[in-house]
Amino acid sequence: MSRKKTILYLALPGLFFLLPPFLNTYWVDVLNNIGIYAILALSLNLIVGHAGLFNLGHAAFYAVGAYTAAILNTHFHIPVLWLIPLCGLTAGLFALIIARPIIHLRGDYLCIVTIGVGEIVRIALINNVFGITGGANGIFGISRPSLFGVVLRTPHHFFYLIWIFVGITIFLFHLLEYSRVGRALNYLREDEVAAEGNGINTAYFKLVAFVVGAAWAGMVGNIYAAKMTIISPESFSFWESVLMFAIVILGGAGSIPGVLLGSFLIVGLPEAFREFANARMLIFGAAMVLMMIFRTQGLLPPKPRTYDLPEAREGEGRG
Amino acid sequence: MEQFFQQLTNGLAVGGIYALIALGYTMVYGVLKLINFAHADLFTLGAYLGLTLLTSMALTNHLGPLWGTLVLALMVMGLIGLVGALLDRVAYRPLRSSPRLSAVVSALGASIFLQNTVMLVYGARFQVYPQNILPTAAIDLGGLSVPVVRFLVLATSLIMMGGLYLFIQKTKIGTAIRAAAIDQEAARLMGIDVNRVILMVFLVGPALGGLAGLMVGLYYGQINFTMGWGYGLKAFTAAILGGIGNIPGAMVGGLLLGLIEAMGAAYISMAWKDAIAFCVLIVILIARPTGLLGERVAEKV
Repeated sequence: MSRKKTILYLALPGLFFLLPPFLNTYWVDVLNNIGIYAILALSLNLIVGHAGLFNLGHAAFYAVGAYTAAILNTHFHIPVLWLIPLCGLTAGLFALIIARPIIHLRGDYLCIVTIGVGEIVRIALINNVFGITGGANGIFGISRPSLFGVVLRTPHHFFYLIWIFVGITIFLFHLLEYSRVGRALNYLREDEVAAEGNGINTAYFKLVAFVVGAAWAGMVGNIYAAKMTIISPESFSFWESVLMFAIVILGGAGSIPGVLLGSFLIVGLPEAFREFANARMLIFGAAMVLMMIFRTQGLLPPKPRTYDLPEAREGEGRG
Repeated sequence: MEQFFQQLTNGLAVGGIYALIALGYTMVYGVLKLINFAHADLFTLGAYLGLTLLTSMALTNHLGPLWGTLVLALMVMGLIGLVGALLDRVAYRPLRSSPRLSAVVSALGASIFLQNTVMLVYGARFQVYPQNILPTAAIDLGGLSVPVVRFLVLATSLIMMGGLYLFIQKTKIGTAIRAAAIDQEAARLMGIDVNRVILMVFLVGPALGGLAGLMVGLYYGQINFTMGWGYGLKAFTAAILGGIGNIPGAMVGGLLLGLIEAMGAAYISMAWKDAIAFCVLIVILIARPTGLLGERVAEKV
């Protein structure tokens, strides 16, 4: 990476983290929402963008994480942020159980099944499954999280929690993208048969992507529960899944900068034009159609992978 | 026993509606191998257009309930058919040669667009159909009183299904549709205008979906802009249940799913009624992805 780029990559987040003191509560809260959706979309990006698995039920895993946090916090008074790993674990486990039998389904079939799973989870939450989800009203009274002795209350506090989580997510997912797993996923997305022919266990890698993505959404669920202190099934409807999906597709499937841009545009822009709030979904719909026709790869598509070739020796042509 | 027969007739009526919507999914899937997500919203649009035409033109006042409803149904079918054809022209046709998943995303986008158009035009609240159109009488079946409407709904769907079956099996364009569904390229080489076939599919499928929307409005009395989502997903489940791409399969699947759901609501749990259909969907995709009437095809799923 060139020096200039390094400086840019360090300066931009630095400036961003200096923003909150200059913004009022409302806009900081908007940034928090953008951050939450950015992490959700990044986790979905692993499934949709990298593995090419159409998942339209991502809100289900988000819900599992949020409800894990809410139930354990309200019943056993475990500090909510301590539950982050456990929320990831339950969401990941749930995804594993769900995905294991359906992972071989082809594109659009998988899409339909994940919609079905999302709906079943939502209906289960409304019906107060096992008597612990609080039915249609949801769960309230989740305690405020505290970090290093500071109780997080205002949007300004949560800004740092959420955006540091975004930063960690970007860093880890960037590493994952350039790892063996990332390459395997991209390979099987491009050509499943060829990937399998080259010794990639496609079912295994698809499952890895699905479970890791879901676990990450579960952890975001925890943050969401901590931020809202009240959760209900309404927050995990099909439209949440569609929103995350739209962010990934419009921003650029498989590209971290694309997904970030998508989150800012899709979650942030409607806040700037509140008078058109009703037409928001209408514009998304039209944008999705137009995007597929004119720019299938999204606004900021991933750059093709580059590999450094070993320096050519004297007298050897580069062809 | 009485509950059983009530649920049986109710399930068959609802199943008939599912079957009508499922036909649209299955026809489009048969020819284009595309899940037309927007089909559900054409169904919703049918219900709303029906309401608008009904209240603004007062057809049933001028022509009487029977002819009025018939003319209304034909108008809704025609209009929704045209919207379907337009949808194909705008959202799907430019993507014919793109990867299939691009078309799926476009279908999703079109669905969101249509649903929100309905919301912006008609508002987000429930709209109520006039209640004086369909007969409210009940038939006495050996001590069991069953509303006539259920039979009307079932009969209408059966007639439409029968008509469609004859259309597909006996007419020239129906034969062309079947040919294009088997192998588009070969059909093209045999001199079939595949674009015309696709246009036909997008006229007929949505027309049936629009009719189903009108029927739901008349049968249940109230409609909402999000209702297409539930009906659409269930109808799609019905199409998969019968074997997607298979027209008699969609009919059987629709009726069967209506029955399963009605029985499940009565004997298992009312609150879990909506989840039952999705469980059926998941089980059938895991156990027998080609559906009940679909033939085994290796590359189907």
